[in-house]
Amino acid sequence: MSVGVAPEQEPLIRLESISKLYGSGDAQVAALRNFSLRVAQGELLAVMGPSGSGKSTLMNILGCLDSPTSGRYWFAGEDVSRLSETQLAHVRNRRIGFVFQQFQLLPKLSAWRNVELPLLYRNASDRRSLAVHALETVGLGNRIEHRPTQLSGGQQQRVAIARALVTDPDLILADEPTGNLDTAASREVLAVLRDLNQGGRTVIVITHDPEVAPIARRTVHVRDGQLVQQKAA
Amino acid sequence: MSILQTIETGLRSLLGHRLRSVLTTLGILFGVAAVIATVGIGQASSDSVTARITSLGTNLLTVSPGSTVFGGVFGGGASANSLTMRDVAGLSDRQNAPDISAVAPVSQGRVSLVSTSSNWSTTLSGSTPDWLIANARSMSSGTFITSADVSTSAQVIVLGATTASNLGAGVGDLITVKQIPFQVIGILASTGSQGFGNQDDLAVVPLTTAQDELIGGVGTVQRILLSATSSANLGTAYAEANQILLQTHGITNPSQADFSITSQTQVLSTAQAVTQTLTILLASVAAISLLVGGIGVMNIMLVSVTERTSEIGLRKALGATPGDLFRQFVIEAGALTAVGGLLGVATGLAAGYIVPRTANIAVTITPAPIAIAVAVAVVVGLVFGVYPALRAARLAPIEALRAQ
Repeated sequence: MSVGVAPEQEPLIRLESISKLYGSGDAQVAALRNFSLRVAQGELLAVMGPSGSGKSTLMNILGCLDSPTSGRYWFAGEDVSRLSETQLAHVRNRRIGFVFQQFQLLPKLSAWRNVELPLLYRNASDRRSLAVHALETVGLGNRIEHRPTQLSGGQQQRVAIARALVTDPDLILADEPTGNLDTAASREVLAVLRDLNQGGRTVIVITHDPEVAPIARRTVHVRDGQLVQQKAA
Repeated sequence: MSILQTIETGLRSLLGHRLRSVLTTLGILFGVAAVIATVGIGQASSDSVTARITSLGTNLLTVSPGSTVFGGVFGGGASANSLTMRDVAGLSDRQNAPDISAVAPVSQGRVSLVSTSSNWSTTLSGSTPDWLIANARSMSSGTFITSADVSTSAQVIVLGATTASNLGAGVGDLITVKQIPFQVIGILASTGSQGFGNQDDLAVVPLTTAQDELIGGVGTVQRILLSATSSANLGTAYAEANQILLQTHGITNPSQADFSITSQTQVLSTAQAVTQTLTILLASVAAISLLVGGIGVMNIMLVSVTERTSEIGLRKALGATPGDLFRQFVIEAGALTAVGGLLGVATGLAAGYIVPRTANIAVTITPAPIAIAVAVAVVVGLVFGVYPALRAARLAPIEALRAQ
């Protein structure tokens, strides 16, 4: 399998000299400085770095949750760095699946109702069958009517992965997906992410869990808002 | 997100917080119910005042002596003894007053009636047979006083229904007034009116008898009741009476008249204006409670937005646009007020049914206040729902996701 960026092909993600500044005047802080990164279609990339390194800001920019102060961001060939909030919502809904450290499941909804949520914002029909299929993909076909509180941590995170998967997105963006899990559950979740990647999906995992690095094909390190090292696994 | 999906999502989240939704709904419920009930009570009291005044006779004109209006100020009524039996004779002339069908001079006073079993204090009028026509009354038993009774100063008396039953007196019985014996010759039919100005609590004797023996004032009368031939002729009857009285009193300048003529329609419009003012006052208080209910909705929606910040953040991350979230929260607020409004209508109607049967207060429910109260409630809900909904729509997804 090829490793890294294939230069002749447009990468799924292209960040060009992205900066993100917070505050103004003397209190101004640069969370990201001149940050450039390419991620090819089908990669499994681990982004590592200590707290305060700019990882979270990078995740927000990559996930179209926030716009950069300067620089440009091409997602699948489209410049998304200057889109309106509504346009960004459409990009998130159609092309990106999120997995969060806190799972972010709605406690009053059953597993399949949680998985269905992103489909509600694109007027999809047959939502239930799509949601059930996504739950089967993550091995929870027998838990579709369970509430989040009736599931273990690892199972909850797999429901969250099913929710990220249900819209068939170009990118799965996982922010500390194992941060709230014990070792066994972490392995379970990482195995699901690896399987998805092997099925051809691009996955970016933002983490400081060293367990993630072995499954990644490439790991990048962020420190003080800059890319310090690129290493192929 | 389709509008049906948005409604479903909004209702699901309201059902997720049942107690809170119910309490918020109560604010609107009581506001709407209060508007309906108070307007209903105001409407009923206006109707009853109108009915009571109409029962006095819409063809009725009342001539009172010596009241003048000076600079817009009512200058004291009936101070002069300016009305005489000459006036009565003049007004009774069908040649000069073709539109006046009845002329009843009245001298009135407060007296105590004593029967064999009890005594009762009431208003006693001395008058003539025309009193019955002018007041549009009828007899339930016996006869009214006759012209012969008036010319002979007969010691006969006619009682109102309430007076008769309180005295335990019937036709043929003897009762005494100021130690003078009177024979009861008739009982008036009940008008059904109650309370202040009860038209069933009174007594009538011949005018001459009253003037000679009970009230005094021979030759002058306190008031003259006139009945127009029909309510359409009230205006011409008024003009004829005015002309005759100016002539008999020798007054050339009408603005110096030593008498005044009022019609029941004037009294009616005054009374209606008063009850309308009261209704507006009551309804305003109720409307304020509706407004307070609306502020309650906004309060709860703001709490809801704050509490569900992370849910809003998640929905945004999953692709909800600001418009989707705005609509969801406006629909939640609208649903709270719509349900509160409908339950408020039910409560208002229930109050309209129960209050008259328990508290003896009449309530007249009409469609207009119901429609207005519901419309106001829904508008209030939407208006007060907009601000919280905008807050939800404008939340930055990352900030919202970080809130736990």
